[in-house]
Amino acid sequence: MEIYIFLAFILMLSIYLGFELINKVPATLHTPLMSASNAISGITLLGALIIAGRTSSPELKTIIGCAAVLLATINVIGGYAVTDRMLAMFKNKKESK
Amino acid sequence: MNTTLFIGICYVISAALFILGLKLLGSPATARKGNIISAGAMLIAVLATLVDQHIIDYRYIAISMAAGSVIGLFIAKKVAMTAMPEMVALFNGLGGMASLLVGVAAIDAGINAFIGFTIFLSILIGGVTFTGSLIAWGKLSERLVGRPIMFKGQAIVNSVTILFMVISCFVFSGSPESTTYLYIVIALALIFGVLAVIPIGGADMPVVISLLNSYSGLAACAAGFAINNNLLIVAGSLVGASGIILTQIMCKAMNRSLSNVLLSGFSAVKSSTLSIEGEVKAISAQDAYYVLEAANTIAIIPGYGMAVAQAQHAVKELQELLEKNDAEVIYGIHPVAGRMPGHMNVLLAEADVSYDLLLEMDHINPRMENVDVAIVIGANDVVNPAARDMEGSPIYGMPVINVDKARTVFVMKRSMASGFAGIDNPLFFKDNTRMLFGDAKETLSQLIRELSN
Repeated sequence: MEIYIFLAFILMLSIYLGFELINKVPATLHTPLMSASNAISGITLLGALIIAGRTSSPELKTIIGCAAVLLATINVIGGYAVTDRMLAMFKNKKESK
Repeated sequence: MNTTLFIGICYVISAALFILGLKLLGSPATARKGNIISAGAMLIAVLATLVDQHIIDYRYIAISMAAGSVIGLFIAKKVAMTAMPEMVALFNGLGGMASLLVGVAAIDAGINAFIGFTIFLSILIGGVTFTGSLIAWGKLSERLVGRPIMFKGQAIVNSVTILFMVISCFVFSGSPESTTYLYIVIALALIFGVLAVIPIGGADMPVVISLLNSYSGLAACAAGFAINNNLLIVAGSLVGASGIILTQIMCKAMNRSLSNVLLSGFSAVKSSTLSIEGEVKAISAQDAYYVLEAANTIAIIPGYGMAVAQAQHAVKELQELLEKNDAEVIYGIHPVAGRMPGHMNVLLAEADVSYDLLLEMDHINPRMENVDVAIVIGANDVVNPAARDMEGSPIYGMPVINVDKARTVFVMKRSMASGFAGIDNPLFFKDNTRMLFGDAKETLSQLIRELSN
């Protein structure tokens, strides 16, 4: 059970940290922030990878794992790519002249 | 060095980079770097995970990842900036589904009730995120009707679903290996996602998207508990926290509580008995041009209509011509203008409008009295003075951009239809307001033609 107390500590600290980090983001960056954090939520990919590669003889779980890998990868790659595309357009006065 | 230790160290580095990346995302000057650092953190985490000794076959992984990357890159390249809200919703849904699947696959012989509970959570949150996001995507891309969908007995159906969910939580956590319970939990999660989002109208979408964004993080977090992975918990809760903050900001900008937005489907729209006096005065583009030519300070207030008409480039062109005419042009952006947080800012950034001209509501309102002409483009509720001075109006108390304080107000609008809150806007009847009826893009190009002559 001790491991879960440890994980709960991590959870508590990172939620606080998340609040502190995001609180001061200006409104102009809300969309990129959302799509970037969206990409981060594709972190489930890590779990999916372990499930998908656990056996070399495909079983139901392998298929579930592969589906998860596919979806999470779309989420991660697409999310980061589109955020980069958006942020590349943000320019201030000096840059846009 | 054994692999577990190696992976652990990589995860620590990755978590640090995720945090640094989010920090840098907080300022427009460093945001792009922040995103790249965050992507780097993800890359490190994925590569480290691949050396895990539990992974013995890479073929299926390679195929799935390659396919996912191609699809992801393709969508990211192709999507139009105006379609950004629905795309974020769609990606969100995929992330939720991935968490659901990981939760399902984490079910193993001999797991205890606590893991059963975390698996339940990752399936529940993941499923709600998935179908909720799909509905949001459908509404935003206008594949579904944008107005709230309500049916008789909706409140009862929702309550029963929630009751079943609580029961299934106990039953499933107790015996997570039973596939029957598993299917019931999955079905309930998927149904609840649909039920939760269909009664929410188009104008409330910024709140819903932020909330679903938060859920997708929390789902990853729950999956992290289920498979005992600390990086999933760190990254998931960072996303969860950021989504909740955005949700709060959006709710505050509409002067509504979160529960009010989420449960809005339960109460009928109140009919206001307040009458508005005055008459609507239309103006032609040519007359509008004479006023604009003489103006020194011009404020542009965009809304969802600008996105629909894809008028952001025309707006920028107008801005340049006005600046050539020695006028100062500023933009006023309401936090809930458009369909997602920051929607207008992205569109204007696409049109190369520099972000330091985009003023937040609290910064533009004090300046409004010195503005000669305020041009409202496809915005309605966010500039409705009824929110300020008509007690009893459904949006009373919502902070708005006070365009009516400007010397002259031009409102570009397709027709006299009311906004998404379904209420009349006294702004259109004010003495200093002139209506420019027609498609925003067309009206803008008429103005541009006049100005460039």
